[in-house]
Amino acid sequence: MSTLLGWGFVAALAALPLLFPDPYLLAVLTSAGIFIIGAISLNLLLGYTGQLSLGHVAFFGLGAYASALATLGFDIAIGFGWRLVVAPQPVWLGFLAAIVVAGGFGWLLGRLAFRVRGAYFVIITVCFAQVLRMVALNWVELTQGPMALISIPPFSLWWPGEGWIALYRKDQNYWLVLAVAVLAFLLVRQVVRSRIGRALVALRANEPLARSVGIRVTHYLVVAAVISAGIAGAAGSLFAHYVRIVDPDVFLFIYTVTMVIMVVTGGKGTLWGPVVGGLVFGLMPDLLRGTAPPEAQWIIYGTAMILFVMFLPRGIVPALVRRPS
Amino acid sequence: MSEVLLSVEGLGVQIGGLTAIADMSFTVPPAEVVSLIGPNGAGKTTAFNVITGYMRPTRGRILFEGRPIAGLAPERIAARGLVRSFQRTSVFAGCTVFENALMALHLRGRAGLLDALLPFLRARREEAALRAEAAELLDLVGLADRADLPAEALAYGEQRRLGIAMAAAAHPRLLLLDEPAAGLNPSETAECMALIRCLKERGMTVLLVEHDMAMVMRLSDRIVVLNQGRIIASGPPAAIRQDPEVIRAYLGAAHAAA
Ligand SMILES: Nc1ncnc2c1ncn2[C@@H]1O[C@H](COP(=O)(O)OP(=O)(O)OP(=O)(O)O)[C@@H](O)[C@H]1O
Ligand SMILES: [Mg+2]
Repeated sequence: MSTLLGWGFVAALAALPLLFPDPYLLAVLTSAGIFIIGAISLNLLLGYTGQLSLGHVAFFGLGAYASALATLGFDIAIGFGWRLVVAPQPVWLGFLAAIVVAGGFGWLLGRLAFRVRGAYFVIITVCFAQVLRMVALNWVELTQGPMALISIPPFSLWWPGEGWIALYRKDQNYWLVLAVAVLAFLLVRQVVRSRIGRALVALRANEPLARSVGIRVTHYLVVAAVISAGIAGAAGSLFAHYVRIVDPDVFLFIYTVTMVIMVVTGGKGTLWGPVVGGLVFGLMPDLLRGTAPPEAQWIIYGTAMILFVMFLPRGIVPALVRRPS
Repeated sequence: MSEVLLSVEGLGVQIGGLTAIADMSFTVPPAEVVSLIGPNGAGKTTAFNVITGYMRPTRGRILFEGRPIAGLAPERIAARGLVRSFQRTSVFAGCTVFENALMALHLRGRAGLLDALLPFLRARREEAALRAEAAELLDLVGLADRADLPAEALAYGEQRRLGIAMAAAAHPRLLLLDEPAAGLNPSETAECMALIRCLKERGMTVLLVEHDMAMVMRLSDRIVVLNQGRIIASGPPAAIRQDPEVIRAYLGAAHAAA
């Protein structure tokens, strides 16, 4: 039943540009959608393994830069008089590069999570994103630093009968983001409902007991971190080719906070949590923009967040779905 | 094939400056129930922690099926066929009893990432088999009608039984039970004894830590007596019952306390 409801929801979202072809609405939903993909990926780490990674934006930013650089091409010195020259690649390769680069760093973080736990892990993840921001700011030869990478090509897709088409239009990008979001959701769902997901939840619920029945901590944390980072990288790539400019601010802490808020208010450790939380807190700033003065917007936003956390500590979705007890 | 399943040789454990285990050597032959007894603080749980990889020994060797396991991670030791239960009740809170059983069957499954993403015939068949096995496991410990409750909602005695079931789930060759009957009433204790016998019949060797002397005497093929981190006696129950040093150090103390 909930599967049917889910597909109905996707169908309604897919039909939306046909019914309301309002470019502003589509733009708002598209950027919310990109962050919802980020939140879906964060939920795998934060919700299912219980590891608080406050550097999640690192993977998003890595994906954005990897994809942008692969499609723009680059030419950098790598020491000893050698140069690394990469010619501009098609966007789908950039998208893959984003997933691979972010996933690779996710692997590193997963290995680390096993050695360093608790508060230290949280601090390290925050620093990780900050260090990447510094690198992006200062490695001007590669990233253009604060001048940003510009003229990033839009996403292009191969379409039957049409060949390769570049997605310039708002509705096209909207559909692309929707499609990737659905894929990310299904990917996480498959993982969570499998033996792997069970192992992750077991580790979160009671680590010594989980280890006693043979669940390998490192292995499963790494698997979760790689998948999570890979999806966040994909979201970063979508972002890069949608706004078509990437600067070091993609590594800003506030984006991690946004994703954490989406996951926590929606319901961490539930499949729909990041989607619901993402729709509420991804759309709220834009909905408020038309109705309230700027100062009041953030006050309302913050108040709503506090109220949600106070009255629905486990999130919106668990409150809606009553479990038999 | 070796004659011993587990052999602990000259084991010593220091925790901080404190000697939890001074010098401990004993063996567990296959297909027996061996009990490790001793007064509170004798070092029984510490021995379990070291054997199952939760703590590192300061000295000594631990061989399981002839291969050293000291220093391996708990999950690697479990994968070799040595699983323990916990003295303090331990379940996966927030998960149902059935989910707890499934999680404990982790080692019975193989499914990896590819199976998760593309659950074709093999993965589906494995999942169905695991679920059937989980149901059977709960049946064995009389928790079948509790399957859908959250594990933490179970009564104390039921949680203890679930704990034993989870340790035995993956059919370890050696099962370490840390005070399975602690806090149980006499009828529950009898059930617990029947369960341990049943596990033994299924081919599991059992190393048991237990304070209930009647239970220990009736279940054990051999008893190892520990006092203040040292082994003071070992042998069949009849011999242990008559060992003067055991009576003085352990049974005497228990009588005095009662
Ligand atoms: N984590 C720890 N930190 C400090 N001391 C410890 C720790 N674990 C055990 N000890 C000490 O090691 C000694 C042995 O403890 P252990 O828990 O192994 O005893 P036990 O035989 O299991 O006792 P009981 O019958 O009460 O369960 C005790 O003196 C205890 O205080
Ligand atoms: Mg103990």
